[in-house]
Amino acid sequence: MNWKVRIKTMLKKSILDPQGQAVAGGLEALGYKNIADVHVGKSMELVVKNIDDEKEVCQQVEEMCRRLLANIVIEDYTYQIEKMEG
Amino acid sequence: MRFAVITFPGSNCDHDVFHATKEVLNQPTDMLWYDQKQDLSGYDCIILPGGFSYGDYLRSGAIARFARIMESVINYAEQGGLILGICNGFQILLEADLLPGAMKINDSLKFTCRFSRIRVENNKTPFTICCQEGEVLNIPVAHGEGNYYIDPDGLQSLIKNDQIVVRYEDDRENPNGSVDNIAGICNKEGNVFGLMPHPERCSENILGGPTGDGYKIFSSILQSIKERGELIGHK
Repeated sequence: MNWKVRIKTMLKKSILDPQGQAVAGGLEALGYKNIADVHVGKSMELVVKNIDDEKEVCQQVEEMCRRLLANIVIEDYTYQIEKMEG
Repeated sequence: MRFAVITFPGSNCDHDVFHATKEVLNQPTDMLWYDQKQDLSGYDCIILPGGFSYGDYLRSGAIARFARIMESVINYAEQGGLILGICNGFQILLEADLLPGAMKINDSLKFTCRFSRIRVENNKTPFTICCQEGEVLNIPVAHGEGNYYIDPDGLQSLIKNDQIVVRYEDDRENPNGSVDNIAGICNKEGNVFGLMPHPERCSENILGGPTGDGYKIFSSILQSIKERGELIGHK
């Protein structure tokens, strides 16, 4: 079975995000005065192939996030897993 | 004395470092390719140069950290071998957990290329023994992701263990927003050192920099190797 995985990484909330601040400034310059807490992160998509057990997929994604896809010193990560048809 | 400089795909300061150790320091130097494990026991110092390994994709240093040669580098570090990471080399050492903390994009969001004044906070490391404590060196930086971050507990631990080797002279000199003006740190044991400024770009007077301050980093390494008297790998 194959699984579609969507992963997001984001600087931890406790860490200043210079890109997020710049984007917030841009939005404000466009006249949106009611914007707060802008954060810029990364979004990744991948397919995990040939695993039947969803738990096992989660385990592998978790491991890949911690080892490479996120730097857990400064970033949090979240992911969604979806069974692929066919 | 024998130096090795590692070339990753996207390294662009490897030949500058090679020139500094081979021609300026006058020591035998090998260029090592990233894609194979290596026996590093014959080297006195390994240098990870600056550049944009793997195009800085994902995060700077994140993919280079898993290049095959890094297994040998990590092993070499554990044996107590001297490792210097410059700019992207520093970023790789952070990603490889050989040094604590992480890099963020510069606060200015700009790639910054200019001379920076850095103060030697610890002159007892093998990389700074030819400097005076408190001496200010003028060494250029050139990076977009040099905004060093470590959490407050980690920072206290760095301070307590004297691991902050060089700091930007003051807030105004800090080119990237780095925590506590940190420009370079070493590990607890003192054998692994990473810094954002590029000593190889000012290791001789002709390369600008009124004093060739970068030379002091390289001559420190040479001096400390002489004092050690033997290769780490031969212990």
